[in-house]
Amino acid sequence: MKTIRIGTGQGYWGDRLDAPLALVDRGKVQYICFDYLAELTMSILQKQKERDPARGYAHDFVTLCKQILPQVKAQGIKLIASAGGVNPRGCAEADRARRPRTRPQAENRHRGGGQHPGSPGPPAQAQGYALKNMDDGSDIGGIRDRITSANVYLGVAPVVQALRGGAEVVITGRNTDTSLFLAPMIHEFGWRMDELDKLASGVCIGHLIECGAQVTGGNYTGGWDRVPDLARVGWPIAEVSEDGTAIITKPEGTGGLVEAGTVKEELLYEIGDPRNYITPDVVADFSRVRIEDVGPNRVKVWGAKGRPAPDTLKVSISYRNGYRAFADLGFSWPQALDKAKLAAQILAERFRIIGLQPEETTFDYVGYNSLHGPLAEFPGHEPQEVRLRVGIRTRTAEEAIKLGPEVPCLVTCGPPQGGGYSARATPQEILEYWPALIPAVAIRPEVHFVEVK
Amino acid sequence: MRRVPLVEIAHARSGDKGNSCNIGVIARKPEHYPVLVEQVTEERVREHFRGWVRGAITRYEMPTIHALNFVMEDALGGGATASLRADNQGKTMGGAMLRLLVNLPE
Repeated sequence: MKTIRIGTGQGYWGDRLDAPLALVDRGKVQYICFDYLAELTMSILQKQKERDPARGYAHDFVTLCKQILPQVKAQGIKLIASAGGVNPRGCAEADRARRPRTRPQAENRHRGGGQHPGSPGPPAQAQGYALKNMDDGSDIGGIRDRITSANVYLGVAPVVQALRGGAEVVITGRNTDTSLFLAPMIHEFGWRMDELDKLASGVCIGHLIECGAQVTGGNYTGGWDRVPDLARVGWPIAEVSEDGTAIITKPEGTGGLVEAGTVKEELLYEIGDPRNYITPDVVADFSRVRIEDVGPNRVKVWGAKGRPAPDTLKVSISYRNGYRAFADLGFSWPQALDKAKLAAQILAERFRIIGLQPEETTFDYVGYNSLHGPLAEFPGHEPQEVRLRVGIRTRTAEEAIKLGPEVPCLVTCGPPQGGGYSARATPQEILEYWPALIPAVAIRPEVHFVEVK
Repeated sequence: MRRVPLVEIAHARSGDKGNSCNIGVIARKPEHYPVLVEQVTEERVREHFRGWVRGAITRYEMPTIHALNFVMEDALGGGATASLRADNQGKTMGGAMLRLLVNLPE
């Protein structure tokens, strides 16, 4: 049975840049896929493009290409990256400016409802699509003038089209994470779009490896203290068979660990109903997936089932919604927690005196309850040190900026042994996420081929 | 019968989708999966996360990998970009889940 090896180059924008090198050197892969776009990454990229129309893509990919392309080209490895962000062409051309070799690239974009940020609202809404919030059903009218970006999650079709057209590097915009991985399987195995169990298996495999080292020993509750050499952790490889079964593994000689437990944790990562993992290509059912150790750092995965995809696509809209600011200050033994609590009381009173009226305020104690809130157990012994952490949410930046001097001033005006205060709190604009649906027929993806000399 | 924190018999991973959080809870040994199914119920998890998760909690069973998936709405104080929480992406919620106490047959 034909098999192909697909590696993950980057799991998110900002992931380790040296990670793909081992894949290229020792991975024996035919494809490397790079997932750069978390839900709100698009908004950040949109802001960059507004400041400079040549930007708006994940520049990390360009940096990486500079390093790996000669070897990638020599080995015939193909790269598929959602590095295009809101400017796939800009990404392709930034790359071209640096590469003297001949290399057809494809970039894919879509025309229709997505990628019209900066305007009062997506044109799709003007065309009569409601774009109601899919979580709570609310009307988009309330946020229309605050929208910063709107992007449709595309499926596998344009990526497959690019591969069929001979592209060696495919740069996408807001494609689904799993579509980057499913595309080479469809291309290599000739799977039809009605072979739903195979498509669902491909989605499952993509889901398992798209977050990089999270399936090879990173973030592993099941045995973190026995994972070797995480400083050199290997990024994942899926050895996929034509029938949709796969072995999850990693390059020889790298750190990390692939075992049933790491794969199970990643199967469950950021999913909802396991019977309904919805993508533009297929609705995958993970509820009966089998995961089994078959050798050192080799785990077999099979058994995903598929149902037809819905006739809608997801639109990810982000909008401005006020500001937040944070500051923190440490207190040492003795009575560290008591001192930090007194400092919090003083701050709350200071807010009243200076007229700072946050919409929401949090005081928590790093070393005690900042991560688990009310679930944290009260320390059974006296803590050696505690950090008071304060966060506020406000309507305007002017309001949030008032927090600035208050925390550093506690060093001289508050309880003793307060030290190591954070820099003056600077307000961050809050971008919130508005998920909506749009009929799939409203969106027409485009693929452009760019020849690189 | 021994009363132990869930971490003794299970491992977990958590993450976010907007202001929702999901926690996968996996039995370390297949024989402990029934303990999860019987004792780690939606009701107990709701009680466990009281004051920290505000919305509905739904449990899904995944018997082939001896795991449960909990989807918790309005769970992260507003979601990654809006929340004031230190763990705005719910990465440590799996650890919080593993505090839950269960009864183990001797």
